[in-house]
Amino acid sequence: MAQQAISESAPDTGVAAIRQFLTFQLAEDNYGIEILDIREIIEHGSITAVPMMPDFIAGVINLRGAVVPVINLSLRFGLEANPPTKRTSIVIIEIADEDSGSEVGIIVDQVHEVLDIASEDIAAPPTFGAKIRADFISGMGKVDEVFLILLDVKHVLSIAELSAVKALQQAESDLVAPTDERVSETL
Amino acid sequence: MSMDPGLQAFEIESAELLEQMEQVLLILEDTPEDEERINELFRAVHTIKGSAGLFGFDDVVSFTHHTETLMEMVRGGEMTLNDALIGLLLQCRDQISTLVDQALNVGEPTTAQQLADSTRLQAELDVAMGQKTPPPVEESANSSSPNENTTSASGSEGNNENWHISLRFGIDVLRQGMDPMSFLRYLSTVGDIVQLVTVYDHLPAAADMDPEACYLGFEIGLRSSAEKDEIEAVFEFVLEDCTINILPPNSRIEEYIALINTLPEENLRVGEILRMSGALTGQELQEALTAQASADVTDNEESEEETSTPAAPPLGDIMVDQGAVPKPVVEAALAKQAKDQEKKSKESQMVRVSADKLEELINLVGELVISGANTRLLAEEDNNPAMMETTENMSRLVEDIRDTALGLRMVQIGTTFNRYRRTVRELSRDVDKEIKLRIHGGDTELDKTVVEKISDPLMHLVRNSIDHGVESPARRKEMGKRTKATVTLSAHHDSGMIVIEVSDDGQGLPRDKILAKAIEKDLVSPDQELTDQEVYMLIFEPGFSTAEKVTNISGRGVGMDVVRRNVEALRGFIEVDSTPGKGSTFRIRLPLTLAIIDGFQVRVGGSFYILPLDLIEECLELRQDLLDGQNGGSYINMRGDVLPFLRLDEVFHTDRTETGKPHRDNIVIVHFAGQKVGLVVDELLGEYQTVIKPMGQVFQHLSGISGATILGSGEVAMIIDIPALVQRINKTLHNRPEVQKIANA
Repeated sequence: MAQQAISESAPDTGVAAIRQFLTFQLAEDNYGIEILDIREIIEHGSITAVPMMPDFIAGVINLRGAVVPVINLSLRFGLEANPPTKRTSIVIIEIADEDSGSEVGIIVDQVHEVLDIASEDIAAPPTFGAKIRADFISGMGKVDEVFLILLDVKHVLSIAELSAVKALQQAESDLVAPTDERVSETL
Repeated sequence: MSMDPGLQAFEIESAELLEQMEQVLLILEDTPEDEERINELFRAVHTIKGSAGLFGFDDVVSFTHHTETLMEMVRGGEMTLNDALIGLLLQCRDQISTLVDQALNVGEPTTAQQLADSTRLQAELDVAMGQKTPPPVEESANSSSPNENTTSASGSEGNNENWHISLRFGIDVLRQGMDPMSFLRYLSTVGDIVQLVTVYDHLPAAADMDPEACYLGFEIGLRSSAEKDEIEAVFEFVLEDCTINILPPNSRIEEYIALINTLPEENLRVGEILRMSGALTGQELQEALTAQASADVTDNEESEEETSTPAAPPLGDIMVDQGAVPKPVVEAALAKQAKDQEKKSKESQMVRVSADKLEELINLVGELVISGANTRLLAEEDNNPAMMETTENMSRLVEDIRDTALGLRMVQIGTTFNRYRRTVRELSRDVDKEIKLRIHGGDTELDKTVVEKISDPLMHLVRNSIDHGVESPARRKEMGKRTKATVTLSAHHDSGMIVIEVSDDGQGLPRDKILAKAIEKDLVSPDQELTDQEVYMLIFEPGFSTAEKVTNISGRGVGMDVVRRNVEALRGFIEVDSTPGKGSTFRIRLPLTLAIIDGFQVRVGGSFYILPLDLIEECLELRQDLLDGQNGGSYINMRGDVLPFLRLDEVFHTDRTETGKPHRDNIVIVHFAGQKVGLVVDELLGEYQTVIKPMGQVFQHLSGISGATILGSGEVAMIIDIPALVQRINKTLHNRPEVQKIANA
């Protein structure tokens, strides 16, 4: 899976294409999501909890008449969740799947800005040392000599994983191990 | 690329007619003498032919014509429908369907296979017709004009029944881009052109002829149940330039005389044309001319008025008097005509609307309901009585609009049921079983979107009954049953849900075999004690199939679990009843609609939930004395009955840190599939019109919640899936045998 993500960004390296990323903050770390995946940003408001779902599913919100699930990104990454503040926002992301496509919101601590990053400034994800699962990272963007973690939305918000009500821990540990191996093979 | 609207109409119409044909054929299988049905069948075939002719789909026309000829013979009583003939006609129907598809997809050439099919079926039709040599059509139908020299499209039944159209095209018609031929083709969609005589008297000598001018006229005998307006409408575009006289069936001889007078040709010539076109017989013509002559002689001035006096006997009567046609025949023809007209006017009251538009309307009504709730909430907060009254009024109207809008999308399930007749017929032949399909409650209505989604699962259940449920005729005989098995499809409404049953009188489900298989597949452990019901439900587990041999109908082990998944995706529920040796019944319960329901709002902790109102029996306070003596069991004594209950906060693991414990517990008693259970909630908030919003794929595996809705405040509330909770209670009950004993007692 991670292999695929790399090859997707690889062809761009020859052409000095500029990609745009929305940067945001979770605890002390900065992350980026390609703006093409982003629908809109709304303020953190009343989220209705959905019973019997894993912790990282914060609940659902009413987005102009549509019911949209919201993910607590910190919990999804296995990090500590911060209590919501004035700066806490929900970023609505569009996930394209086979049929139609759906929207999912993610809770972030603070939204920063939209950054232009040239393709050659994006490095492959590290094999180890990141706080979050390797397959969640599509690459590392270098901005002013600082690395920004670029997220692979397809994996972070994989419907198959989000909807797995039971045996979630099990699935997660299964997923991490083989992905790491594959990445090291390709490098 | 968008399709020509005319073609689109043809596509829809032919699809409908073909479906109708299939159904009628299958009904005729049981009642081969039903004249009404035979006529219906004939009309269907005939209309397809006519419409196809209008678009110049010659393949369709020529093949349909063969079929029609055979139908005509059946209708005329020269042949009776039997099993083989119905089988053949069904094949012909399929072939017409293929040909129509072909014709609509321009560019795809007809394959050799299709041509071969057409030829083979045509040959079979000819053989079928050859078995009973039909008397020459013209002779039998049209005894009064033996020297008929015009072609007869299909046997006419007495001339007086036909319209007579006398048509003289204007000289400029061709210059205006009109083709006389296309009008005739279109005319054949309105009725049957029985006779046609081309009048070319005005055609000048070749040297004087203007090739761009139209000199043609036609005398047409048309058999049709259409109104005069409709026939006139055919010529709408040329009305101004042309001379058109339309005489209705049963016209008086005097009217023909008037016609003869108005036509530009010489009277005798016109009379001859009329005779040729079958409007008048030679004898009638003579009489008419004599009558005209005498009228001319007696009173020239009055003759004009006399032609329209009602005292003159209609042509039909004259013919009866003369013994040309027996009176009952005329009466029957008249009655039939009246009936056809009635039907026609009924049809014209229907409007065809695209499903997308309805969908949009229902979505909008949904939004209206939500914003109505919002307005009401604000009015209540403001404590403004006038405002509250207005909103109250408005929400009543909105409720009516909602019901009407949803009603628009309600369709009868009978159409879906009827589609299985063919399946049953063919499958039972494949497996050498005799099976009769019975249908009950076909007029039960439910949402079109639900019907569409339930049709495949139902098909699977029907197949399953035929393949696994019903025994072979020999085996049935041994068991002392009738050799012809019955598969029944039925539907009825039950408290806001539709119940669809597929039942058979076969061998029932093999309990032991299912259990053995389930143990083998590790679905249950050998020491588990299961009720019959639980054992039967095992067949819905993925990968489960007990068929010893895989047939091409079923037995591949994909299916029953898919059936259940599909039903559950519709917020429905499936169950099985089975008696060994007597048969089994698969029962599907579905909500009537997937859009808007009447709900009942409750609160548990900080969250709001909606219960479908139709399933609620009553609400009461869960007082301590109801719980006393149950040593903490999850059941109460409800007026002498044992009522199991679930605490929703426990089921949903509600976080109580913010709200704290409620000062009183309320219990909502719901019923489902004949069972009552209680659900304990914090607060009862009353009725609420609930617009069902899909929750998305993230929540696809969540059980106990079937959807979400948006409250007037903008907050989201969950809709509780009562069937799933009832099932959960049943499981708990089963694990606590002492409770079960009480419940059963």
